[in-house]
Amino acid sequence: MSRSYTPGLKILSRTKIRKQRQLPLKGIVHLNVGDEVSPDKIVASTELPGNVQMLNVANKLNVEPENVPECMLVKLEESISKNQIIAESKGIFGMFKSQLKSPIDGTLTSVSAVTGQAILSEPPVPVEVDAYTSGVITDVQNHEGVTIETEGALVQGILGIGGENRGILELATNSPNDELTKDMIKDNHKNKILIGGSFLKMSTFIHAKEVGVAGIISGGFDYLDLSNILGYSLGVAITGSEKIGPSLIITEGFGKIGMAERTYKLLSSNAGKFAAINGSTQIRAGVIRPEILIPNDDVNGKNIDYEEADLAISSGSLIRVIRAPYFGKVGRVMSLPTALSKMESETMVRVAEIKFEDGSIEIIPRANLEMILT
Amino acid sequence: MRSDSKIKTEEIKIILATDCGSTTTKAILIQYVEGSYRLTHRGEAPTTVEAPFEDVTRGVLNSILELEELSGHNILDGENIISPAKDDHGVDIYISTSSAGGGLQMMVGGVVKSMTGESAQRAALGAGAIVMDVLASNDGRLYHEKVQRIRQLRPDMILLSGGIDGGTVTHVVELAEILEAANPKPRLGMNYKLPVIYAGNKKATDPVKERLSKITDLITVDNIRPTLEFENLQPSRDKIHDLFMEHVMAQAPGYKKLMSWTDTPIMPTPGAVGEIIKKIAETENITVVGVDIGGATTDVFSVFQGQFNRTVSANLGMSYSVCNVLAESGFNNVARWVPFDMDEADLTNRIGNKMIRPTTVPQSLEALIIEQAIAREALRLSFEQHKEFAVHLKGVQTERTISDAFEQTSSGETLVNLMELDMLVGSGGVLSHAPRRHQAARMLIDAFLPEGITQLAVDSIFMMPQLGILSTIHSEAAVEVFEKDCLIRLGTCIAPVGKTKQDHTVLQYEIYLPNEKITGELISGELKLLPVPYEPIKVHLTPGKGLDVGAGKNESLETKIFGGVVGIILDGRGRQPFNLKNDTKLRVQDLIKWSENTDEYPKQVTHHV
Repeated sequence: MSRSYTPGLKILSRTKIRKQRQLPLKGIVHLNVGDEVSPDKIVASTELPGNVQMLNVANKLNVEPENVPECMLVKLEESISKNQIIAESKGIFGMFKSQLKSPIDGTLTSVSAVTGQAILSEPPVPVEVDAYTSGVITDVQNHEGVTIETEGALVQGILGIGGENRGILELATNSPNDELTKDMIKDNHKNKILIGGSFLKMSTFIHAKEVGVAGIISGGFDYLDLSNILGYSLGVAITGSEKIGPSLIITEGFGKIGMAERTYKLLSSNAGKFAAINGSTQIRAGVIRPEILIPNDDVNGKNIDYEEADLAISSGSLIRVIRAPYFGKVGRVMSLPTALSKMESETMVRVAEIKFEDGSIEIIPRANLEMILT
Repeated sequence: MRSDSKIKTEEIKIILATDCGSTTTKAILIQYVEGSYRLTHRGEAPTTVEAPFEDVTRGVLNSILELEELSGHNILDGENIISPAKDDHGVDIYISTSSAGGGLQMMVGGVVKSMTGESAQRAALGAGAIVMDVLASNDGRLYHEKVQRIRQLRPDMILLSGGIDGGTVTHVVELAEILEAANPKPRLGMNYKLPVIYAGNKKATDPVKERLSKITDLITVDNIRPTLEFENLQPSRDKIHDLFMEHVMAQAPGYKKLMSWTDTPIMPTPGAVGEIIKKIAETENITVVGVDIGGATTDVFSVFQGQFNRTVSANLGMSYSVCNVLAESGFNNVARWVPFDMDEADLTNRIGNKMIRPTTVPQSLEALIIEQAIAREALRLSFEQHKEFAVHLKGVQTERTISDAFEQTSSGETLVNLMELDMLVGSGGVLSHAPRRHQAARMLIDAFLPEGITQLAVDSIFMMPQLGILSTIHSEAAVEVFEKDCLIRLGTCIAPVGKTKQDHTVLQYEIYLPNEKITGELISGELKLLPVPYEPIKVHLTPGKGLDVGAGKNESLETKIFGGVVGIILDGRGRQPFNLKNDTKLRVQDLIKWSENTDEYPKQVTHHV
């Protein structure tokens, strides 16, 4: 039987979730395998090298570069403070000496007899990584980070902005096709993660930011509004580091698009629960999609996971179309013809015959289908 | 070929080649049929470097599965490639190129940005890398800014050059000290040292080693610019290829496995395409511009005056970076190629949706027209960047005689001269898979604006990368398949250059076909297509007043040109300047007329959209 692999976003009501919490550089991991963690628990920390300053000692003291090492008054790796005299020329018969003061607090890291430069480093910048979700540590990568395992619901969006945020999920709309409007966002939504519907306007986002909302989940959003929030046109979908207030997760795409029924139902059924969200997206070089993670402490729940083979579309698969003209429509695969078919655009592609929920049957390029995992 | 591979070149009869692109993995099957090597089948599947697979070999296997399904030839035994071929299953060799996982991302450094800095950039680009930044002593940034930049970018590899042999040592060592202070970490993997290639002044080698050999994996090669007049790029390029395999690829998801499957080291895709472009220029002794427009990047290659140049526009592509094309060109520049009125929010949302779902294909004609409009802008912007980079060596002292006094050539001037260009070759999904070859021809003409007489060709099904790597181990097979199955001769574009007046004749032409002579006039603003197959044809061309069609202003020209699967396109829309009308209604009328005249889109649907 013919099969076709397709990209798919995870929308799982209960699954085993593994989160890697990694340091940007090697450092210290504070916990061990088997330790239980809460979302705010610091699991690892490191120090990023401080900013460097290069001082042209030879120039400042008016000496040759090869004489610079002997003019230094502090040793390599020695701590120095701002305005401390760190170098001095020999002068003439001990007179007319020139002195050089440190412009920063930090350490002396290097002195060059070739260039006559000294490199000073500012104190390192501490970085801490927290657990992000509750769970148990199942693996420790020496000096690099940990893997935390938990069970719960996991929803991936298609694009997000803003990094990690957390809060209680709150349903703000009545249907996945509702637009989230300003009047739906109340003062008590501060620090909450709002479940929207098909769309929200820029003005609604600004209002949410003013209220102090932690995150918004919406089916669609306008590309031009996204550019306005970011302050630049999003040329390549690499996001996560921007400081925009609430994290925004778009589940379907740009424009006004109803949130997939399944996503909306799953999120709504978890309203009132704690969720960790991350808008970071990277659609290139190892794709990262934004996510909503809802840990579930109930030990009796049944896990639903899927195998790689489940991502292969075959006859009977439930799918969603992800490009115009049938964008967003849900249906089932009736057949996967082997031969290439001609589209209206005259493009010759491999296709699938799809029966939509309204009973209509259409031929759609396989590349424009997304698997719905149930 | 892999050292343990026992097969001899003459025994190779079935070749499997894949190209793992950022969006799609393409597999081709080349077979020895009736005395020559021919492309027989092609399969493709989405690239799987991303979650949930995070293993490039899944996409490779899927593309091979499709190849098996289409060809009926059994290649896989479970997840193993059957090799060598026996009876009706297996292949004799398997080779692959790759640009997935973001390709090879490099930083380069040189003392003077426009001299050794540019030479280092040329070496890296020629090896197939994306150059993220060029560090130079004179780049205007403060030391700490450079250090921060290196830390922030986390390149896969650094190429450090600087100084001619016997020249400055201080400045080179200064660059090494900046790297030392930054203590750069590689992008992928924490457990290996960042490869740094030093290709600068010999005299500075020891102090550079002193500073970098402990904290990086430092390799020294011959100076990239031993004298001002001479560039020596090959040793650096070879080393980049070696390190790409050993370090970068080995860190990307699934590549260790893929490397164990291939019979020859995996090559970066752009490096392989460059090999093929050089081969065309060499074998036909012509000037060539080649372009490969991908999902994330667009590469432009050129050979002018025997000099090969490659540029990569890292964020101009048709899927992952399609929104950047829109951002850089602006809405109006994209919309000017669309033959119907479009709302800005609607257009930007559509393009945004292509970026976030990069593997989708245009099903409706409207979607195809929009994609091809963006492609024109991506190609145009990439070519602009290429023209600025493909220049004569800067800093060279040239002796001038009185006869040179009126010539404007100087060091640093672009090598790209469109009037001298013999052939324009396009590759990449949007060009190779355009439903009509006419569309590929139109995109190339509109984006590159070739001048005078220029042959147009396109990679038939986007297989230049695979043939590029094949040419390094089996030149005969690569050349045969290239000639017979890869290069599709679209035809020739004839475009007079100079200011034109409305409704004036810009060209009088006499075209001598085997059984017929076609004569006519081309009026300013017209675009005409004469369907003529690929064969040598004598033409007599007389440009309009003040115009040049290749022999000089107002000079007639008699020469031989070639038709092709599209034919001869006579372009009277103007060059230097080329302008579209500002009024939307008039511009749309022009676009529809040109489209109809060149058989670009189905007529009934053009009117419908």
